Amino acid sequence: MNELAERVKEISDQNVYSCYLCGNCSAGCMFTDEMDTLPHQVIALVQMEDKDALEKNTSWICASCFVCSVRCPRGLDVAAIMEALREIKIRERGFRKIDLRKIKDIEKLPQIAITAAAQKFTW
Amino acid sequence: MSALTAHRERPTKEKIGVFVCHCGRNIATTVDTKRVVEEILKHPAVVHAEDYDYVCSSPGQELIEKAIKEKRLTGFIVAACSPSLHETTFREVAERTGLNPYKCEIANIREQDSWVHEDKEKATEKAIKLTKSAVEKVIRNEELEPIKVGLYKKALVIGGGIAGIRAALDIADAGFPVVLVEKGSTIGGHMAKLAETFPTLDCASCILTPLMSAVAHHSNIRLLTLSEIMDVEGYLGNFHVRIKKNPRYVDPEKCNLCNDCVDICPVTVSSEFDEGLSLRKAIYIPFPQAVPSSYLIDLDACLGMNPITCGKCAEPDICGPEAVNFDDQTEIIEEDIGVIVVATGYELYNPENIGEYGADKYLDVITSLQFERLLSPSGPAVGIPKRPSDEKIPKRIAFIHCVGSRDERHQPYCSHICCTYSAKHALLFKELVPDADIYSFYIDIRAVGKNYEDFIRRVQEEAGVHYIRGKVSRIYEQDGKVKIFGVDTLLNKRIEIEVDMAVLALSMVPAHGIEDLASKMRIQIDGSGFLQELHPKLHPVESATSGIFLAGAAQSPKDIQDTVAQASAAASKALGILTQEKISHIPTVATVDTDLCSGCRLCISVCPYGAIKLIDEKAEVKEVLCEGCGACVSTCPSDAISLRNHTDEQVSSMLKALVGEI
Repeated sequence: MNELAERVKEISDQNVYSCYLCGNCSAGCMFTDEMDTLPHQVIALVQMEDKDALEKNTSWICASCFVCSVRCPRGLDVAAIMEALREIKIRERGFRKIDLRKIKDIEKLPQIAITAAAQKFTW
Repeated sequence: MSALTAHRERPTKEKIGVFVCHCGRNIATTVDTKRVVEEILKHPAVVHAEDYDYVCSSPGQELIEKAIKEKRLTGFIVAACSPSLHETTFREVAERTGLNPYKCEIANIREQDSWVHEDKEKATEKAIKLTKSAVEKVIRNEELEPIKVGLYKKALVIGGGIAGIRAALDIADAGFPVVLVEKGSTIGGHMAKLAETFPTLDCASCILTPLMSAVAHHSNIRLLTLSEIMDVEGYLGNFHVRIKKNPRYVDPEKCNLCNDCVDICPVTVSSEFDEGLSLRKAIYIPFPQAVPSSYLIDLDACLGMNPITCGKCAEPDICGPEAVNFDDQTEIIEEDIGVIVVATGYELYNPENIGEYGADKYLDVITSLQFERLLSPSGPAVGIPKRPSDEKIPKRIAFIHCVGSRDERHQPYCSHICCTYSAKHALLFKELVPDADIYSFYIDIRAVGKNYEDFIRRVQEEAGVHYIRGKVSRIYEQDGKVKIFGVDTLLNKRIEIEVDMAVLALSMVPAHGIEDLASKMRIQIDGSGFLQELHPKLHPVESATSGIFLAGAAQSPKDIQDTVAQASAAASKALGILTQEKISHIPTVATVDTDLCSGCRLCISVCPYGAIKLIDEKAEVKEVLCEGCGACVSTCPSDAISLRNHTDEQVSSMLKALVGEI
């Protein structure tokens, strides 16, 4: 297993190699219009250890609605994988506590980013 | 030297040979086979010992034969692999050379020694002890002959689909009587419902109905429809089967299919044969070519078989031949059977379990079998599919692959036939509705049969089907249209399309009631619920119970070609038994010393094979059922039971050899 996939597994307990790229997660996702890359493609990038996976906006558009997780035929919690990607990106900044009052243009920030920033201290 | 001679004083008349196998490097790397030979030669009963690369090879077997003749061996040991591999091989060598096969024993120095140890010194010591222990056993072995029992030269085939029909005909054509038991009112199974069959597109009925008719008229086949297996007792060659035959309420011998009863019957219910897409009466025939060729009464739907509630179909001016018989009763039929073929087939996975596709809510989201009926010239749409909601011919249609298959939430396995039958559906539909737009949502195209790839190519090229690679996430109906959420994973575009009708290629699951039947027959079920073959390559049509064979989709999802091939294979295995005069059984079975037996019945409770019965307050072993496991021997408090060639004396001297006391 590649390092990126290993890191995703540590955080989400999901093995991206279980994915057979059927696209069900992308087919059911309501917000793909806003995404530069479809969810199943992001998983394909992680399988190939392509760090671009962390630069795509997909995981930040993801609203954690869990439709993808509910319908994944390989039983993958795709939303948890998206969360793992957010965590990997956020943790690059180290253990800095966020101060909501100091965030500029907070209304432009995806809500899920705030959640992810809070969750980085889970572990 | 004198000490050695003294040691070699032989307390037994037995002359034992020992053959130590290298098994290439498997044994020789870890065990010093030369030392094993040297050491075993010190045993007083051993008159010959040698080692060789592969004792199981022809030259290896010749070494044994030569030693038996030249040294007049009374028995021999092969120190080699597990007896489950080559015990039979070496016992056959004994037999050909005039020795009793039970004077050959195996010392397992591979699985129980070289494969599991690294220290060569200690592994060699262990090999010597294992071999010595086998010598101690063989010098005390009795010469035994296999137990022979007679058999009933009759086969039972369970399931009247194409698999059961093929197996029954093969056995019956070979001259043996067959009882064919079918749960439904007619034979034919799922194949009778199909329009045309891939990849040749020959019409299913044209292939199947002559076979059904052959079954009906075959003098060697007793056909029991509306019948179920109640229980199965006995063993290979000697099964006793009880069959429950439910009443048909119409005598097939008298019925002339005039249809007057159907016309007068006031009750209509949905037709199972048409997968709920048409109506039938309470007295009906599933389809005109059904076998037996007769109506039957569906008691659940019938108003009541007496003149007060209804009873119209039985009136003499309606049923002239007086075939309708309200007094028909359930019958219990008993049969003595030699071999059994289980061919109980499959059913489609219940689409209600896949809520996001809405087959239970939306009329125009149908199953693949329903579409098959719509395509059938004899089906409810008379050959041109119309959508169930408004009877209009759909112009845009979507086929959804892998519905319930390859899915952890439903069936993790691939159902094997859906890719190709969905392609067939697309092609047949395009022929009927040339201006149709056809979408086929797939994950991978798995067309893995002879000529299937050519067929898929033909469909792609001729029918102009839009093959879209991506699993469908959601199907719902809005404003009279079926809406599909999909994705094209090759173009990386999410797709939302509207179609007139969607067809779900549902997974194949084992037929309802298979667990119950399997437990009655003491055969196994695999992790997916299908019948378990004994070995996928060595024994693909055998169940773990001798004399019971498997055929068709009851064993795994498969197409018609593979099904009939497997059915013929099962029939041929069955015939291999039916053509024998006697059946052989291992003679190393338990025996009871009736003088010592106190009739406590403990042995009966531990016997896993039901081989022991109490007769005149004494235990008696039915030898042909005994598998020689020894559970009764170690349980008996009176020491009254022993196992042939595994006597207490043998076991204790083997143990002494293992712990170094001999």
